[in-house]
This record gives sequence, C-alpha cells and structure tokens, in this order.
Amino acid sequence: MKQDEINDKSRREFIKNTAIAAVAATACGSLACSCSSKKASSEKVKLLSPDGEIVEIDSAYLNHQEHMAIVSKLEAREGIAGKKFVMVVDLALCKNARKCISACQKWHYRPQETEWLTVKLMKDSEKAAPYWFPKQCFHCDNPPCVKVCPVDATYKRNDGLVLIDNDRCIGCKFCMAACPYSTRVFNWDEPEQPFDIRNLASNPETGLPAKVGTVEKCDFCPDRAREGLLPPCVEACPNGVFYFGDENEDTVTNGSETVSFSQLIKDRAAYRFLEELGTKPRVYYLPPKDRQFPVERGYEDLDSNIKERFKYIMEPDQKKS
Amino acid sequence: MELNSYQQEALNYQRPNIEKFGKRNWFFTIFFGLWILAGLYALYLQIAKGHGVTGMRDNVVWGLFIVNFIFFIGLSYAGAIIAGVLHLLRVPWGKPIVRLAQMMTVISIIVGPVFILLCVGRFDRLWHLFFYPRIQSPMTWDVMAVVTFLVGAVLLLYLALIKDFAVYRDAKLNVPKWRQKLYAFFANGYQGTASQKKHIIVSQNLLSIIMIPLSIVVASILSWIFGMTLRPGWHSTIFGPYFVLGALFSGCGVLIVAMWVYRRMYKLEKYFTDKHFINLGYIMMLLAAGYGYFTFSEYFTSWFGSEKWDNEVIHKLFSLKEYGWWTLFANVAGIVLPILIVAIPATRKPKWITLSAFIMVFALWVKRYLIIVPTLESPALPMQDTRMEYVKYSATWPEWVLTFAGIATFLLFFTLISKFVTVVPITGLEDPKAKGQQSETDKTEE
Repeated sequence: MKQDEINDKSRREFIKNTAIAAVAATACGSLACSCSSKKASSEKVKLLSPDGEIVEIDSAYLNHQEHMAIVSKLEAREGIAGKKFVMVVDLALCKNARKCISACQKWHYRPQETEWLTVKLMKDSEKAAPYWFPKQCFHCDNPPCVKVCPVDATYKRNDGLVLIDNDRCIGCKFCMAACPYSTRVFNWDEPEQPFDIRNLASNPETGLPAKVGTVEKCDFCPDRAREGLLPPCVEACPNGVFYFGDENEDTVTNGSETVSFSQLIKDRAAYRFLEELGTKPRVYYLPPKDRQFPVERGYEDLDSNIKERFKYIMEPDQKKS
Repeated sequence: MELNSYQQEALNYQRPNIEKFGKRNWFFTIFFGLWILAGLYALYLQIAKGHGVTGMRDNVVWGLFIVNFIFFIGLSYAGAIIAGVLHLLRVPWGKPIVRLAQMMTVISIIVGPVFILLCVGRFDRLWHLFFYPRIQSPMTWDVMAVVTFLVGAVLLLYLALIKDFAVYRDAKLNVPKWRQKLYAFFANGYQGTASQKKHIIVSQNLLSIIMIPLSIVVASILSWIFGMTLRPGWHSTIFGPYFVLGALFSGCGVLIVAMWVYRRMYKLEKYFTDKHFINLGYIMMLLAAGYGYFTFSEYFTSWFGSEKWDNEVIHKLFSLKEYGWWTLFANVAGIVLPILIVAIPATRKPKWITLSAFIMVFALWVKRYLIIVPTLESPALPMQDTRMEYVKYSATWPEWVLTFAGIATFLLFFTLISKFVTVVPITGLEDPKAKGQQSETDKTEE
C-alpha cells in the first residue's frame, strides 16, 4: 500500500516535472538551448582573436544571442500597448562606419549581402554635396506595402510598426513592388541560419526563422523593445546617429543622450524622406548641416567591393574612363 | 438535329478534320508536349531550389512571368469582347469566327494565371489567398476577377457548343465510342425544340452582355496591380484603359493569326474568307491608332512634365544604350506597321495582314516587357549594389523555358480542341447567299 503511494507520488511528480519542462521549453524556445550550452559540445568554431590569430573554440563557450518567442502571433499583431515608436536619424553625424549594418545582421542572423539596413550615398543634385544616408524601414503610417498585401501577411500595428508574418506570406512580392523605398528583401534561396534558429517557432516580432520564398525587412526590433533594449543598430552606432524612442512619451535616445522628440525635430528642421508620396514615414531625418565628418571618411577605408557601390559618386572621373 | 443544306455542307466539309488525327497533328502534339515537359523540369527546379534560379531579384521582383501573364490574360479579355460584340450585334460575317474568339478566351484564361502563380514564392500557401483574403489588395481583386471570368468564359463557350455537340452526336461521326459518348453527354439531350432554342439564345445573350463589361473590369484590375503602386511609369490614371485597349489590340492580332493557321491547315477558305481578314484588319488598324495615341499620351506627358523620377524611366526607354531599340521596335512594329499594311490597298491581303498581325503580337509582348522591367529597374533610392543581377534584370533559362512551355500549352490546346470540335461552328452558320432564308432563321431564333 505504502509502496503504491510512493509510486503514485513519484509518478505524479514525474508528470508534473515533465509538464513544467515542456512548458518551459516551448516558452523559452532558444533559451533552452543556451541553458544546455554549458556542457562542452563537439562543435568547434574558428574565431579571430584580438591579436589577429585564428583560434578554435568550443561553441558551447560562446555567448549565444537569445531570441525569445515571448508573444503570441495575436499579440504580435496588436503591438506594445501605449507605444508609438519613432526614429530620428542625424545625417550630420553619419560617416558610414557601417557598425549598424553588422550589428543588425548579427542580431537577425542575416548573411552579409542581405542588408535590412543600408547606408546609401546620396547626392541630391549635380552641385550638391554628397552625404551618407542610413535607411531602415520607415514603418509608414500610410504604408503602401500593407495596402497591397493580399493575405494580411504584412500589417500595421497600434505601436506604429509594420511587421511581416512569414508564416502567412505567400511570396507574391507585391509589397516589394509597392514600397517606394526598396526596403523589403526576398529570400530567393533557402536562407542559411544556425540550427537552433531554424527550429524556433516563427515570430513576426523577430522575423525568425527566415523562410525561403517569403519577404522580410527591418522590424525595429520590437522583441528588444519589450525588454527595454534599443535596436542593435542604435546601440552599435559609434556616433549616435540614430535616435529611437516613443512619440507618446515624446522622448528619443541614441543610447548616450535622451532628448525630447518634438524639440529635436523642431530645432533641427527634421524632414521625412519623399514626404510628397504621402506615405507618412515614422523615420525623421535631420539634414546634414554642420557635419562632424567629411564624406570621404566613410569611403576611404571601405572594402573594395563595397567601395565599388559608391564609386560613381566619389570618383566620377574614374568611372567614365 | 435538322440542318439546312449550307450547315450540312459545313459539317461534311469539316468532318475529316475532327475524325482523323493525322501525322502532322501527332508531330505538333509531341513537339508541344516536349516543351511542356521541359517547362515542368524548370518548374521543378524553381520549386526545389527557390526563386534564385530565375533572374528576378530584390529590385526587379517580377520579370518574364508577369509579362506573359499580362499577355495571355489580355488575349482572353480581347476574345470575350470580340466574341460578345460579334454575337450581340448579329454581325453576319462574324458567325464563323465567334468560336475561334471564344476558344482563345478560354485557353488563355487557363494558361495566363499559371504565370502569375510562377511569380509566387510559396506554392504551398496559395490557399491563403482564399482563407485570409484582404479586400483592399488589387491582387485579391485580380483573384476574384480571374476566377469569375474563367467561369463565365467556359460557360459561354459551352453554351455556344451545345447545339454543335448535338450535331456531332447525330452525325454518326467515325470516331471512337468514348468520343461519341462524350458528344452525347455534352449535348445534354438537346433536340432543337423551340423551348431549348429559346433558353440557349437567351442565356447566350445575357452572358455575352455580362462578359463585355466584365472583360473591361478585369483588364483594368490587372492594370491596377501596377497602377496602384507609387512607381514611375506605372502610377498613372491612363493605365486601366491602356491595358483594356492593349488587350483588345493583341487579341485581335492573335485572332487573325489563328484564322490564317486554321485556314491553311484545314482548308477553310470558304469560311475564313478574305473579307474576314480585311474586316479584322480594319479593326486592328483602328485599335493600333488608339493604342498609339495612348502610348504617345503616356510618354509625352511624363517627358514634358520631366519630374526626376518619371524622367529616369523615360530616359531608360528611349536611350539607345538601354531599351531604346526595343522601344523603337515595339512602337514601329506594334503600331505603325499594322496601320500601314492595312491602309495601303496593295498590302491589304490576308497574307500581309497576318504577317503584320504576327509581328505586332510579338511587339506588344515586348511592349509589356517595357512596361514592367524598366520601371522596376528605377527605384526612388539609388540601388548602389555591386551584384549586377540585382541592378539589371536578365531572364535566365528556366524563365525562358517556362515561357515557351506556356506558349506550347496555348498552341497544344488549340490543336487538341480543333480535333474535338469543328473550328467553324455548324449550327451558328448562315448561308451568306440565301438572304431570305437567313432572316427566316433569325426570326425563329428570336
């Protein structure tokens, strides 16, 4: 009898524990992976040390980034209550350091060539001075991409963000044709991603895992915003080009200074790119007046293949020959 | 089924065409079949490897496939309008070619949408279009339009065929049992009673009346997939009518070519007379003038206004280093040539009209390419990409193979249908010489 009771108890405990484990596993997603990563795995990763040597390290000792599927698809369509995300980009501070791009690609597990965030070299007219122009998704308040989506895969949220549910997307690319800012990218081939990322539950707030034949784009990292973190591009910028914040609170921050959003765009005569299209972007640009860096600073030290992109503006004579 | 002597003659004349499947038919069937097989292989590659096997990339998101889509769908709308007008106005010379126009309508509304599906990255999620439709998207409008149109076109062709099926059933054709059974099945018990006649003619009239405005609506919706975006060269109020007219124009050309091919193949000189070519030629000439006017109006407005963004597209279209030669070809071969050929009495012959129609149809295909690709190659922000395939579109072999497979499917359908039903309708025919008899039959029909 007593034996039975013990058995019964242990069985109940076992079921309870399994249930907790199962809940934990589903809730944490990749978190579970990082818990188990304390043990040494057989996977070795080659890294470049600060001294310039190539070292081989067990992948278990690396600090993995965690993407947590903490919200349901329904919540991901609602948005974060009370927020109205906004970004201000100070063109006077950008010197094309490209740290924002690498941080973005690392956070979103994007391959080198797919840039959600691009830095363009703009030259508005023949005599005008060229300037660096970082561009994320503008998360328009009148988004042409959302209007044309036939299956409600891309949508506008209450907090101002335009996101994509890549489980819903049929890949018709209509949104890409409709976006006047060339923001959206398509997974033309099977995207390469780490194993644990590929097996995550799909989450529109992270855009992970990426799926072949679907559209993706910059999402302003709402998963980080939920935890009070800034998007990686904002954090990574060495010059504080990007101010990210909440229009309702009227504050934006570039990580080092926090300012009033309305004051900033008033004082610095902010404008929105291609305002005349009526898309009402949520990204404001501060004109490149009193620049901190000459435009060449962002050009000279670039990799040759990236340099090639801007050659026609920076070295127009060479291009002709 | 009672036939008058003229109709009986038409049946006897066309009897061998549907009874025998000759060597030449086998050759074409196998030839087209091989192209379709090659297309299926390309399709397999595209599904297995992703859209990376095509030349489409992030800037030029659509390419040959959408060009073919516009082209074939256009033919379909044109067929419905031409057949509808010829039927409703009781144009006497139009009777023998109504079926051809209706066949073109049905075949191209089947082939065309395949190409828009090829643009879709996830075949496995096509059902989302019906389960999560969003009414504000022009793509949803297009899905509804195409499906409605497909149903209408098939119904109309079938209604027009019922009487003929009854004729084939009663004519004791020398064809296998299963085909005789099929004829009997499709004839649906038609015996030519007064009530049956009345019901068919009323539903045919009603459906024709519905199909004409429907064609205009769906052709406009097709244009709005482009016109509703904020793109230079697309975002234009002229796009709806422009596409309607372009569809009619190219459809008229394909009809002329089809008439010529069938006339040669089945010796139908008696039914597809020179008058048909000349009359359709006149229609083609009028449409060419209209299309030329629209094209001029479109380019001239953009060029004169010379907004930076519009200008970029105009420059690409007219610069000889970019699309200049193609623009020249599309407008000379697609607009000037058909007008001249029909206008000059010496060249107003079936042979020349057909040749100009054939060249014009190709030129209009090029024109669709010029509508799609240069605009997609001109985004608002500078592309600044070192990957050439992202900057400039060039179609890859799977895209070309699938394009030819689509054309092969189109032609294969034409070949096979002409072996199942007569190209010239039997019961719809009227003896052009017997005027009195004609008005009599008209009376009984109405």
